[in-house]
Amino acid sequence: MTKMTYREAVRSGLREALRRDPRVFLMGEDVGRYGGTYACSKGFLDEFGPERIRDTPLSESTFVGAGIGAALGGMRPIVEVMTVNFSLLALDQILNNAATLRHMSGGQFNVPLVVRMATGAGRQVAAQHSHSLEGWYAHIPGITVLTPATVTDARGMLLTAVQEPDPVFIFEHAYLYSMEGEWEDNQPAVDISRAAVRRPGKDVSLITFGGSLWKALAAATDLAQAGIDAEVLDLRVLRPLDIGTILTSVRKTHRAVVIDEAWRTGSFAAEISAQIMEGAFFDLDAPVARVCSEEVPIPYPKHLEDAALPQPDKIVKAVHRLLK
Amino acid sequence: MTTSLTGNHGRDLLRQMLRIRRFEERAAELYQLGKIHGFLHLYIGEEAVAAGSIPLFTNEDAIVATYREHGHALVRGTSMDHLMAELYGKAAGCARGRGGSMHFFDASHRFYGGLAIVAGGLPVAVGLALADKMQGRTRVTGCYFGDGAVAEGEFHESLNLAALWKLPVLFLCENNFYAMGTALARHQSQPDIAAKANAYAMGSDTVDGMDVLAVETATSRALDLVRNGHGPYLLEYRTYRFRAHSMYDAELYRTKEEVNDWKRRDPTATFEQHLRHAQLLCDDDLQAIEALITSEIEVAVAFAEAAPWEPVQDLNKDVSTRQRDA
Repeated sequence: MTKMTYREAVRSGLREALRRDPRVFLMGEDVGRYGGTYACSKGFLDEFGPERIRDTPLSESTFVGAGIGAALGGMRPIVEVMTVNFSLLALDQILNNAATLRHMSGGQFNVPLVVRMATGAGRQVAAQHSHSLEGWYAHIPGITVLTPATVTDARGMLLTAVQEPDPVFIFEHAYLYSMEGEWEDNQPAVDISRAAVRRPGKDVSLITFGGSLWKALAAATDLAQAGIDAEVLDLRVLRPLDIGTILTSVRKTHRAVVIDEAWRTGSFAAEISAQIMEGAFFDLDAPVARVCSEEVPIPYPKHLEDAALPQPDKIVKAVHRLLK
Repeated sequence: MTTSLTGNHGRDLLRQMLRIRRFEERAAELYQLGKIHGFLHLYIGEEAVAAGSIPLFTNEDAIVATYREHGHALVRGTSMDHLMAELYGKAAGCARGRGGSMHFFDASHRFYGGLAIVAGGLPVAVGLALADKMQGRTRVTGCYFGDGAVAEGEFHESLNLAALWKLPVLFLCENNFYAMGTALARHQSQPDIAAKANAYAMGSDTVDGMDVLAVETATSRALDLVRNGHGPYLLEYRTYRFRAHSMYDAELYRTKEEVNDWKRRDPTATFEQHLRHAQLLCDDDLQAIEALITSEIEVAVAFAEAAPWEPVQDLNKDVSTRQRDA
């Protein structure tokens, strides 16, 4: 067992990917001399050189598109878009090129591209830097969407992703970079197709992903004190969704609360809820509940930001309402 | 220039322009007959650009084009059978019929589309060139786009990045003076497109895009510079689209006189006259060229007609390589 932060786990995964495969290179804003906005590539410029650690201009659409082109040209680019907020500037390349090329070309071209970005709120950086849009990306066929919530996944998902033949988008929750966790040495390759049960339970399924996992686990601890045994599911992969693991859990607990840091309307939580209705309606003892962000731009002051986001106490309340 | 032009070469340039012209005239008829659907953006009037530039690229080079790419794929060497089948939407098409007119792809000719979001191909071309540079290959990526694309941020971002990293990209702007229906002077504060390269410390040139020999000469010079490691280069071909933006539009945005003025400079007719004056083309030559093209088109139409549709059960095939979505 090694203790490391989520940030160190990402850095360790990146370094390993760069060491293993000479086709892998890292490209993005301030990944080189600055060491990465979240210090995930600190020291890489010295270790791997400027050919493989490429600082880019602030041109999200073009450096993501260049990642697509480089992937088509035989490289294995890892593109860092600093945060999900700026990824909107690259949405055309992601949706119209990366996601479509294989199918639209009749299978002639595939795009082995990894795009990483920070996501989420909780750091008092206000409305334009606090988005949670991974659910939007999960809407798009042709890409894989990963949301690592643990240090093991932060490191291992990246290593698996760089071996994928098609585009993989990794959303690292910005709030988690300083979180410490345990990482097992010499572990096998990390799977990127299955959800994980992070806490087994029998009374209710708390279904979530990314930064909200830790809030759901905190809520489960509170609920345990009230005699309620919550199962906590970490989706890990939003697309393709492992609906089997979700339905197995719901069939056991008969109740589900979906926790998603995105706005409630049109959220990924809505998709999970719909799929539970489709697949396990008659197993439910109560309607599926959702704990999402309030439908407001995320405000700067801490008390307002906290109030806007899913919190353990909101999850606990939602569970109590279901069990009434 | 004329003195060095051989008859074979001149007739071949004419043949390629006419292949595009006749292919598209037939495509337009087939559209009227309901054989082809969706958008069909015709290149008629602009043939000198593809015919004069595409053959200068080697098989190892890459081509990225737009939704007005029939001519580029034809000259690049994709068989007309597969292109016509693609217009029909048949499984034997160059993209299994999934893309249609706007999305020709051909891996065997390193033809990367057929990308139909304006300026969306420029970043991809930059990346293809980056991959070549990082792997020590001396290949060039040719990136075609229209004058509409220069208003997009990706044009400026891509020129900047390609120049900053000295990447082997030849940017080929086919300026037909209209972004769909908006005239260049109505959307650009600086309508001299070649001049925009200066802002990125990049070389550029303006070319008469109605003159296939001028296209060939300028492109050859630019390609040499890019291939020899001088970084990217921008060529602006001034040309004109004789037909509507897609199959139909009311053409409220331009006058008949303007269209007719440009038609007097029709690249196929003027070059045919040029070859005749130079005694490099006679009536028999032209008839032979036309007959070959007619027969190539008839074979392609028959091929497309007879080709099977992709079965519906293959709808989800190749969404992803591992087919996990299916």
